Amino acid sequence: MQPINMRRMKKHQSGTITAITADGELGRRIRDMGLIPGAHVKIQGRAPLYDPVALRVMGFTLTLRNSEADFIEVEVD
Amino acid sequence: MAPTIALAGNPNSGKTTLFNALTGARQHVGNYPGVTVEKKEGTYSDQRGQIHIVDLPGTYSLTAYSLEEVVARDYLVDENPRVVINIVDASNLERNLYLTLQFLEMGIPVCIALNMMDVAKNRGVSIDSDKLSDILNIPVVPTIARSGMGKKELMASAFWLTRRNEQPSPLNISYGDDVDPVLEKMTRDIRKPGLLQGRYLPRWVALKYLENDEQVISLGRKENPEVSNQLEERVARLADHLKRTLSTYPEAVIADHRYGYIRSLIRQGVISMEGDQDRLHLSDKIDRVVTHRFLGPIMMAAVLFGLYHVTFTFSETPVGWLEGFFGWLGGMVDANLADGLFKSLITAGIIDGVGGVLGFVPLIMLMFFGISILQDSGYLARVAFMLDRVFRVFGLHGASVMAFIVSGGIAGGCAVPGVMATRTLKSPKERLATLLTVPFMNCGAKLPVFALLVGAFLSEGRAGAMFLITVISWGGALLVARLLRSTAIRGESTPFVMELPPYRFPTFKGLLIHTWERTWQYIKKAGTIILSISVLLWAMMTFPGLSEPETEVYNNAREALMAAEGPSVMAELESQTAPETLSESAVTLNAQLASLDAQQAEARLKNSIAGRIGTALEPVSRLAGFDWRTNIALVGGFAAKEVVVSTLGTAYSLGEVDTGESGSLGDVLSASPAWSPLVAWSLIIFIIFYAPCFVAVVCIAREAGSWKWGAFSMLFNTLLAFTLAVAVFQIGSALGF
Repeated sequence: MQPINMRRMKKHQSGTITAITADGELGRRIRDMGLIPGAHVKIQGRAPLYDPVALRVMGFTLTLRNSEADFIEVEVD
Repeated sequence: MAPTIALAGNPNSGKTTLFNALTGARQHVGNYPGVTVEKKEGTYSDQRGQIHIVDLPGTYSLTAYSLEEVVARDYLVDENPRVVINIVDASNLERNLYLTLQFLEMGIPVCIALNMMDVAKNRGVSIDSDKLSDILNIPVVPTIARSGMGKKELMASAFWLTRRNEQPSPLNISYGDDVDPVLEKMTRDIRKPGLLQGRYLPRWVALKYLENDEQVISLGRKENPEVSNQLEERVARLADHLKRTLSTYPEAVIADHRYGYIRSLIRQGVISMEGDQDRLHLSDKIDRVVTHRFLGPIMMAAVLFGLYHVTFTFSETPVGWLEGFFGWLGGMVDANLADGLFKSLITAGIIDGVGGVLGFVPLIMLMFFGISILQDSGYLARVAFMLDRVFRVFGLHGASVMAFIVSGGIAGGCAVPGVMATRTLKSPKERLATLLTVPFMNCGAKLPVFALLVGAFLSEGRAGAMFLITVISWGGALLVARLLRSTAIRGESTPFVMELPPYRFPTFKGLLIHTWERTWQYIKKAGTIILSISVLLWAMMTFPGLSEPETEVYNNAREALMAAEGPSVMAELESQTAPETLSESAVTLNAQLASLDAQQAEARLKNSIAGRIGTALEPVSRLAGFDWRTNIALVGGFAAKEVVVSTLGTAYSLGEVDTGESGSLGDVLSASPAWSPLVAWSLIIFIIFYAPCFVAVVCIAREAGSWKWGAFSMLFNTLLAFTLAVAVFQIGSALGF
C-alpha cells in the first residue's frame, strides 16, 4: 500500500511510519519522542478545530500540529 | 561535605514527586546561572549520611535545541555530580530509555529508578528489573514515587555508587555500516589533538558533530578551528552520502539505532506483556469526553472560569485581612508619629507600598494552587491541545490562555500572578510574547478607574461599555502578540510536539510545595526591589513640596478664616463633639478649612516631581485630550492602577478620595469643561495599554530573565497606549464627538 501523509489519516486509523522528512529542530523533536521509521502509530483524535492531532506511539499519547504531521509518511494498516 | 547527585528524567515520569519524596521540605529553588530555568536542590539524609540532590529539568533527550536540555547537559559536564539517578517511567519504557542511553554514552555513573511500576502492572506490563540491570550493567531499583516505595533501596544504591571510585566505561552503540567507520575516524581525529579533552569524551564529541549539535561544534571551532573544520567536512561528506543513497540524515540514523538498541534490549526478556496492549486506558476514555469536539470546549470554559472564580473569590477574605492589618499599622503610625515627611514616608511610602504588594500573596497562592492541580493532573496539556489552533494564529501557544485569563481576561484578574503563570509554557518565544501582552488584560486595579469613567460619562450603556473594554483588551493583546512575534520576537514557532500525559491525581504534598515555592519567590522580591521602587514613587509624588512663602499663604488664609469666626467656634470644633450637634457656623468653618487643605494638597501635588512631569507633558498629552491632572494620576498609576482614582481626587482638590466611593469625583469630572465622553474613552484606551504597574514590571523582568524586557514593556506599552489614545481623540474630535 502506498504510504500517505499523516495529516490525511483519519481518527482510529493506524499504521507504520515509513519516513520522517524533517531535519533540524523539528526532526529531532519528532524522533526524540519515538516517531521513527518502523514505529507503529494510531490516531487517537483531533482537537475541536481539527488541529493538532493526537496519536498513540509506544504506549503513550503525543500531539502534533498538522503542519508537523506533514513531514511524517505512514503506511496505513 | 555531602556528595552531590543529580535527578534526571523525562517530563511526566514522576521526577518531581520522587524529588519531593526524597527531600521533603528541605528544598530550595533558584535559577541556573544566567537562564530562567528553575534549579531545585534538596538534601536527603538517613543513617548512612547526607546526600545533596539537584533536580535537573525534565528532558526527553540531551541535544542543544532546548534550554532545558543544554542546562541539564552543562550541569552534568561542569558540576560532575557523583551519580545521576535516572527516573524511568516503567509504563513507557522504550521512550524513557532513550535518555538513559545518552547518559551512558556520556560515561556518567547512572542508577535507574524504575518508577510507576504500579501503573505498568495495571496495564499488563511487567518488567524484569534485574535483567535490565544486568544488560545495562547499572543498578535498577523499582519505585513508586507517590507512595515512597523503593525510596530507601534507591538511595542505598546511590550511596553505594558515590563510594565507588572507578568510572564506568561509556556505552558504545553501533550506528550501522554507514556511520560507524566515520565515527571511528572522527574519534581518532579528536583524540589526537585532545579536542575538548577533560570536558567531553572523544566519541561523544564525534557523535555530537554528527548530530549537528551547535553548542559542541562552536566550542570545537573556538578551541581548534583546523580540527573542527576537518570534522565538519567528514560530517558533510557522510550527510551527502546518506542523502543520496537513503535520503536520510546522520542524526536520523543515530536516533534509529538508539531506538533499535533499546528494542533489542527489551526483546531479551526485560518486558513481558499480557492482554491487549491496544485497549483503551482509563485516560483515553476520559479524553473521549474531555477533548470531545463540542463537550471539550464547554468543559474547558467551565474549568477556566472555575479556576478564576475560586482564585478571586476565595482570596477576598485573606486579602481583606492583610489590608486591614496594613490599614491598622498605618493608623498606629499615623497616631503616634508627629506630622511630617518621616511619617509620610513610613505610611505612604513603605506601609502602603509593601502592604499593596503583600496584598497579592493570597491571590498568588490560590492561583498557583489551582494551576498546580490543572498541571499535575494533566489537564493543562489538554487545554493547550484544544486551543493551540486559535492561539497559534497570533504566534502564541495553546497554553497561553491560562496567563491571559488570570491576568484579567475575565475582568478583575491580576497581571502579577498572570505573568508568573506563563511558567507553564515551555516554548521560549511564545512564552515571552505571552508575558509581554498579558498586562493588557483588565486587572482588578484598572476596574475602579473604568467604573469611574464609565459611570461619569457613559452611564447609559454601562454594561455594554465594560464588555467593549474587555473585547478591546483581548483584541489588543492578541494583535500586539502577533506584531511582536513578527518583529521583536520573530522566528519559527516552536514545534508543538507534546506529550499528553495520562490523567493522574495530584499529590497534596506536591501541590503545597509548588504553591509555597512560587509564593515565597514573590515575597522575597517584595522585600527588596519593590520596596525601593515604592519609596521612589512616594518621593516623586511628595518632593520638593511647597516653598515656605507658599505654605505661609495657606496658613494665613486658615488663620484669617478662624479669626473671622471667633474663638468660641474654634473651641467647639476642637472639643470634637459629634458633627450633628455642631452649630451652623462651626460646620461652615470646618468645610472651609477642609477645602483649603484640599487646595493645598492640590498645589503640593502640582509642585511635586510627578506634578512637574505631568505639567511638562501637558502640551504633548493634549493630543490625547489629557490635562496635567490626568497626567499626574497616570504617573501615580505606575505604582498601582487604583492610585489613578485617588490621585485624580487630590488633583481636583477633593482631598482623600476613597476608591470605592468615587461618586463626587465623577460629578466633578462630568461637570468639568476639560472632560467629555471622548476624553473618557481616550483615557480608557490609554489605561488598558499603558505601562504595567511596577510590581508587574518587576515580575516581567524576572520571568523574562532580563531587565531589558521589563524596560521594553514600560516604554513600548506607553508608546502604544499614547498612539491609540491620540488616534481615538483626534479621530473622535474630527468627527465632532
